[in-house]
Amino acid sequence: MNTRELLSGNEAVARGAYEAGVRVAAAYPGTPSTEIMESLAHYGDAVYCEWSPNEKVALDVAIGAAYAGSRAMAVMKHVGLNVAADALFYVSMTGLEAGLVVVSADDPSMHSSQNEQDNRHYARFARVPCLEPSDGQEAKDMVRGALDMSERFDGPVMLRLTTRISHSDSIVDLEDARLVERITAPKYRIDRRKYVMVPGNARLRHPIIEQRIQQVKEFAETFAYNRAEWRDASLGIVTGGIAYQYAREVFPDASILKLGMTYPLPEQMIREFASRVERLIVIEELDPFIEDAIRVMGIPVEGKAIFPICGELDPTIVRERASEVGLLSRSVTLSGDSRGGTMHVDTSLPARPPLLCPGCPHRGVFVVTNRLKLVVNGDIGCYTLGFLPPLSALHTCGCMGASIGQAHGVSKAGIAQKNVAVIGDSTFFHTGMPALLNVAYNQSDTVVIILDNRTTAMTGHQHHPGTGTTLMGQPAHAVDIEALVRAFGIGTVHTVDSYSLKEVEAALRDCLEASGPAVVIARRECALLPEARRDWVALSIDNAQCNGCGLCFQVGCPAIVRSEEQDGKTGRNKARIDPLLCTGCEVCAQVCPRKAIRFREEPVLRKEAEVA
Amino acid sequence: MKDMNFLLAGVGGQGTLLASNVVARVGVRAGFDVKKAEVHGMAQRGGSVSSHLRWGEKVFSPLIGRGEVDYLVALERLEALRYIDMVRPDAMVIVGEMRILPLSVSSGTDVYPDDDVVRGVVERATGNLILIPSLSLAEGVGNIRAHNIVVLGALSRCVPQVSPDIWLQVIAESVPERFVEVNQRAFEVGREAIGAPAPSQ
Repeated sequence: MNTRELLSGNEAVARGAYEAGVRVAAAYPGTPSTEIMESLAHYGDAVYCEWSPNEKVALDVAIGAAYAGSRAMAVMKHVGLNVAADALFYVSMTGLEAGLVVVSADDPSMHSSQNEQDNRHYARFARVPCLEPSDGQEAKDMVRGALDMSERFDGPVMLRLTTRISHSDSIVDLEDARLVERITAPKYRIDRRKYVMVPGNARLRHPIIEQRIQQVKEFAETFAYNRAEWRDASLGIVTGGIAYQYAREVFPDASILKLGMTYPLPEQMIREFASRVERLIVIEELDPFIEDAIRVMGIPVEGKAIFPICGELDPTIVRERASEVGLLSRSVTLSGDSRGGTMHVDTSLPARPPLLCPGCPHRGVFVVTNRLKLVVNGDIGCYTLGFLPPLSALHTCGCMGASIGQAHGVSKAGIAQKNVAVIGDSTFFHTGMPALLNVAYNQSDTVVIILDNRTTAMTGHQHHPGTGTTLMGQPAHAVDIEALVRAFGIGTVHTVDSYSLKEVEAALRDCLEASGPAVVIARRECALLPEARRDWVALSIDNAQCNGCGLCFQVGCPAIVRSEEQDGKTGRNKARIDPLLCTGCEVCAQVCPRKAIRFREEPVLRKEAEVA
Repeated sequence: MKDMNFLLAGVGGQGTLLASNVVARVGVRAGFDVKKAEVHGMAQRGGSVSSHLRWGEKVFSPLIGRGEVDYLVALERLEALRYIDMVRPDAMVIVGEMRILPLSVSSGTDVYPDDDVVRGVVERATGNLILIPSLSLAEGVGNIRAHNIVVLGALSRCVPQVSPDIWLQVIAESVPERFVEVNQRAFEVGREAIGAPAPSQ
């Protein structure tokens, strides 16, 4: 008997890749996709797994493996596919020698993203079939389905997940075995006409991929994951992905056309289904992708007129919207809520917004940029949270790597204040490097602060080219950021300890006064890394010295709290340090004008030689 | 059989996700179809964390609809209130005694609700509230961090369909070996701390 396990959608995809004989998998971490690779790396040497510097590199790596005759997978969050789009489009043109699945994990409701783009559009745009699982079992099985299709139709296949699929657990039946392994390395098959996409060859390929998508469309009519579930025919629902589960939950009696492949659509199946139901609706998250395609077929259908285009769906939203337009009778509406209405709590509760953690090495850098009144072009990572009060220190955030190019543009345009770019180490390797090369080449007075916390922190501490270890735990060369930056032609470079406000300020002042490009590498490992945790020591306050001036509150550390005790003269509340939260980074101690916050007995600050 | 819907709430770093993994695995071990959905924001630490868990013969949505929660389990006082509009009128609400002050409270701009407010709000939604001294009970068995398992012990009393042996077994499989004993004791004291309440079904 096969084993059954409770797996998240991400773990299920990893299991699927293992079972389906994927040999090479590459990715850049990004919520909600990250755990796929972390899980796949646990299958040992059976699958080669890597963190690539960015998604485009990851997809090129996977394409190379598929060209070389091995099954391959590239994994990314939805916006990662923007970075990798160039590669997606050419591999759609060339096809491959072995299966390639491109996993796109979309983030409806933007739990951890800058937008909620619907990547099904990429599937249509690049003529790539798109599969959408509705639970863990399908997530696992569809990896194999996608690879089989990829080989059958000679093109990549997209597996589109959403946060709710990636991060939900369900019971999955596992196969005991992995597809038979190849014993010897295959010979590389050379086919210049197919794989060299110069105009002459590309013109020959375009009709082939148009024909291919027609063939996939015919295949979709009998695809096992497209199925009609016949119940009451007065309402017919076309749906797929997680929305299928909400449809079953809210409309237990309706007929459902469940689409496991949302591009291309099985037109005959849809026509047949539509002709046999009285009222046809589409339930899908984000864009009216299925709905628009059905309307183009000339079939009357409702979708976004009922259900929202923004944000993810859930059973409550589907139920409420459906009852507003009379799709649910009142008795059905109330079955889930026997009070006959929603109880709203009138107490407004204190929120818990995301914050820089106690001991975060980014905090002190922002204290300094505030002190120097700098305009800060920000980037994607934990440090983005520096935009929040009380620091309010970061003034733009668009996409990975954007900070440096923006700061260069700001510098060329000229503003009354001075400005800097702030970017994390992993983001610098991702897409910051070409932008810094541009600063060096086209010479602006741009100052770039690389916040080197020795990890990819926000997605949960993944390795990168600067950490000295690979995803599979192998030792690797750790790139020397300072040498790299100097090789670009940047003359003014300082490497400082992020915890030392004095060092950070001196380095920044020097960079701002120098003409031409300059870089400050503010280095200190993330306070949550195991090696940093070993050094945690809670600081304390000399109550007699504290007069409640409140400057330490301005560093925005959750460990500094307002004490009940008031200063006799000023009448202001004194500060208190929560010993359970404080890590002893001493940033607040450096800010206190009355030396009321006690420093550690052993200094936490590193000398410049130790930093570099 | 009717589905059983659990909503576990807490603050990042409190052990909410470990507790919800235990509830999920107990459901599987007891023979139910199970789905679990975690909801957490961008922060590594200190953010609100919640987990939807559903047991049933066949579970579709991993998310629970508003007004359909049978068991609201909060490891932190304030977090219990955040999800109170999710519960059924006959729901069981189990709340641990930990208080973690949001920055807006510790910096003096917001007020943390006291126990009377917690009691008042919960009692307007459902009559079944258990405030459990999870920290002192955990301290009593030797590890304050096991407060989450104390709360699960109390929860297990309200789920008579499943034998405590299954819970104990799953707990043993879910924590590092050297913490098995203390967590199993934490479970027992949580279970004993409340009488046998009338099943909420």
